[in-house]
Amino acid sequence: MTATVEAPAPEAGAVPSFQVTLRIRRFLPTDDAIPAFGEPFEAEPRWDEFTVDVHGTDRVLDALHKIKWEQDGSLTFRRSCAHGICGSDAMRINGRNRLACKTLLKDLDPGKPILVEPIKGLPVIKDLVVDMEPFFASYREIMPFLVTTGTEPSKERLQSPEQRERYDDTTKCILCAACTSSCPVFWTDGQYFGPAAIVNAHRFIFDSRDEGGTQRLEILNDKEGVWRCRTTFNCTEACPRGIEVTKAIQEVKRAMITRAF
Amino acid sequence: MSTIADPKAPRASRPGPSRRTTRGNFELYGWVFMRASGVLLVVLIFGHLFVNLIAGEGISAIDFGFVAGKWASPFWQVWDLLMLWLAMLHGTNGVRTIINDYAEKDGTRMVLKLALYAATVVVIVLGTLVIFTFDPCPPNSPADLLPSFCTA
Repeated sequence: MTATVEAPAPEAGAVPSFQVTLRIRRFLPTDDAIPAFGEPFEAEPRWDEFTVDVHGTDRVLDALHKIKWEQDGSLTFRRSCAHGICGSDAMRINGRNRLACKTLLKDLDPGKPILVEPIKGLPVIKDLVVDMEPFFASYREIMPFLVTTGTEPSKERLQSPEQRERYDDTTKCILCAACTSSCPVFWTDGQYFGPAAIVNAHRFIFDSRDEGGTQRLEILNDKEGVWRCRTTFNCTEACPRGIEVTKAIQEVKRAMITRAF
Repeated sequence: MSTIADPKAPRASRPGPSRRTTRGNFELYGWVFMRASGVLLVVLIFGHLFVNLIAGEGISAIDFGFVAGKWASPFWQVWDLLMLWLAMLHGTNGVRTIINDYAEKDGTRMVLKLALYAATVVVIVLGTLVIFTFDPCPPNSPADLLPSFCTA
């Protein structure tokens, strides 16, 4: 069926619309399950092209929705809040890790096909969905919770604005994995903690209320810890929240060195 | 019909070897060494280049006698020794991290690192021996092989 909606005459203040082509990396692992009737076996990733009509205000996520709802319902991707808060829809768009819900199509040179791939370094489950478990395993290892000793205070644990400012940048992390999956050390060696885990350790190491800093520094002093960082700044460039990730990693390194000497 | 995996079932452990907990400070000291030796090497190497190529008569002064003269002084012996050791250890540590980053199989990693360490040891030992046992005029050598300043 062809859509034959008459284009309405442009009104004043109307949002311009245009056509855009998306080249999407598709993958469906067969395992050894038998595919449903009529569906071929498929284990190799492939590129699929879709062309959709979009508005100037649309994001990559809107185009993916349009494809899924109107063209191919089997297209699989993650998204929850769709407004840059939950961190579900990190993907590799035109070779850069970004959130599909924060990337406007008009900023991506819509004249050429827009490449959409799953983030690298994590096993692909289907299409744009990856297994985030190795990522969260590293996150759990740095103990992302408040560690204190002594009796619980009867009121809030107070902190000055300056003390809060010290780790403000790293509180912004939404655990989307855009940084970790842009890191070349993580690509070649999945044992590396990755930038996201170090950022979240930083958030507690420099929190004046927390007392587990030494333990976290011990964990990150591991062979696969902060010393694997090669300061390529891929993580800082990829972060959709604008966190200065590489700077945070260097601050953790400095804390270790001042502790050791 | 394929069954859907139970999401609460225990997960298979991470692929590959589990993270080795090596909480020593080797990587920390290695990282500090790279920075410190880097700064020192800048001074040592540019000093070396200046003295050999620019100072005095410049590059035309370099010959066997020039090197022999330098190594007669303990100052240049220590300078060259430092340069040799720091450059070799700095370079070896750099290549070691590259091997750790890029060698995927444990076997490949071990072979490459063994070759690297062997090469390092050979160069450091040989270089150190040359600096300290260097004698421009070994006794009982045929005169036509000796430099002109050796007056036997």
